Amino acid sequence: MSRAALLVLADGRFPAGGHAHSGGAEAAVKAGRITDAASLEEFCRGRLHTGAAMTAALAAAAALGVDPTGLDRAADARTPSPALRVAARKLGRQLMRAARATWPHPELDALAQRFPKGAHQPVVLGLTARAAGLGPEDAAYCSAYEGVSGPATAVVRLLGLDPFDATAVLARLAPELDRVAQDAVDAARRAMTDGVDALPARSAPLLEIGAEVHAGWPVRLFAS
Amino acid sequence: MTAPGGVRATAAIVARGDGRGGTSLPVLEGEGPLALRRTRGSGTEARVMLVGAMSGPLGGDHFTVDARAEQGAALWIGSAAATLALPGQDKAAARYDVRLTVADGAELHWLPEQLISAHGSDLYVGTRVDLATSARLVLREEQVLGRTGEEPGRLTSRLTVRIAGRCVLDQELACGPGAPGGWDGPAGLAGHRAVGQLVVARPEFATAPPAARVLADGAAVMPLPGPAALVTAVAPDALRLRRLLDAGLASLC
Repeated sequence: MSRAALLVLADGRFPAGGHAHSGGAEAAVKAGRITDAASLEEFCRGRLHTGAAMTAALAAAAALGVDPTGLDRAADARTPSPALRVAARKLGRQLMRAARATWPHPELDALAQRFPKGAHQPVVLGLTARAAGLGPEDAAYCSAYEGVSGPATAVVRLLGLDPFDATAVLARLAPELDRVAQDAVDAARRAMTDGVDALPARSAPLLEIGAEVHAGWPVRLFAS
Repeated sequence: MTAPGGVRATAAIVARGDGRGGTSLPVLEGEGPLALRRTRGSGTEARVMLVGAMSGPLGGDHFTVDARAEQGAALWIGSAAATLALPGQDKAAARYDVRLTVADGAELHWLPEQLISAHGSDLYVGTRVDLATSARLVLREEQVLGRTGEEPGRLTSRLTVRIAGRCVLDQELACGPGAPGGWDGPAGLAGHRAVGQLVVARPEFATAPPAARVLADGAAVMPLPGPAALVTAVAPDALRLRRLLDAGLASLC
C-alpha cells in the first residue's frame, strides 16, 4: 500500500464535494443542540459510534471486495431517512467522478455503470481505496474520519467556532476513532463469510429526524 | 451472554384464515412470563394479548416470541402491560427475541406496550420481521429509559424488516450506561427519555409510496427503500411519544 495515496484520498481538498455537507450539524445547530465545542464533541462522538461506524464498515467491506450491489442495499436499509439516502448517493456520484479520474480501475467503471445516479458514498469510497491500492483499514479510517471532520468543519462556519477548538475536538476523538475503524474492519471481514447482516446498523434517532427537518428548509447553508 | 440460571420462555402464535372470512389460531402456546390470551377480535381479525405472568425479563432471562400470520389471516397482538427490564442477581444480560412472519395476503398488527429499561438492567432485544410481497404490517416499538426520575439500564434493540427477502430496514438503538459514547448527546437522544419506531408495510406503497413528512421537532415519517414506511420519534416521556407515533400512523392511513 502507498501511504501517500491514503493522504490524497483523505485530504479534505480531494474534489469529492464533501465540503457542501454538514453531517447533520446544521440541523443540530439550528435546534440549539450544538452551541459550543463541548456539545460539538458529543455530537461527533454520537455520530462516530452510529452512522460513521456503519459507513466505515461498508467502506472496509467494499475495499475487501464484498459485492458492492449487496453493500449498497445494506446501506439503504441502514439509512431510513430518504434525505440521507439522497445525500449519500449524490456524494457517491461526486466521489466516483473524482476517483475514476484519479485512480482509473475497471471495478469503478462497473460500479458507475451499475449505479448511474450514484451508489452510496461509503461503497464508492471502499472501491476507490481498492483502486488506489489501499486496504480495508485505510477505507475504514477515511470513512470514520469524514464522519466527524465534516460536522467539525461545518460548525466552524455555522457558529463561528474557533478552528483550533474544532480541531482539538477531532484530536480528542482520535482514540475512539481508532477503535471504531478496527471494529469496522472486523465486521467487514465477518461480512465476507456471513453476509452483509454482519455489518453494524447502529442508528442515531436525532440524526435521522434532523435530516428530514433540514431537507424541508427553503434556505440552508449545507446540502445535508 | 445470558446466564444458565435465567428463565427461558417461548411463546408461539400461528394465525390462519378460516376460509369463512375469519382468522383461526391453530397454535397459541405461551409459558411462564409469556402467557397468551385470545381476546375478542373485530370481524375478520384474531386478537391476542401477551400477559406478563411474571416480571421481567431479568438479567439472564431469554424470552422468544414467534408469531406467524399465514395466508388469509388478520392477526393483532398487543400486551396487557408494559415490559419492565430489570437487573438480575448475577449481572448477566437478558435477551428478548421477536420473530414475526407474514404471508401473502395476510396482515399483522404488532402493538405491545412500552419496554421500560430500569436502572441496572441490561437487555438485548432482537426483532426480525419477514414479510411476503403482499403482506401487511403495522409494528410499534417504544423504549422508555428508566422509570420516572430513574437512570436507565443498558438497552440494545435491533429491528430488521425484510420484504420478499430484501432487507428494507436494519437499525439498532443502543442506549444507557455502557452504550457507545454520545448516545444521549445532540446526535442521539439529547436527553429525551422515550424513543419509538412504527413500521407500516403495505403492497400499495410499491406504486404509491408515502411522502416523507416531519410531524414535530422530534418525529418524522420516512419512506423506506421498499413498500414500507418508518415513523421515528423521540419524546420526553412515554405519553408524548405515543401521541407522536399515533399521529404518524394516522398520517399514513
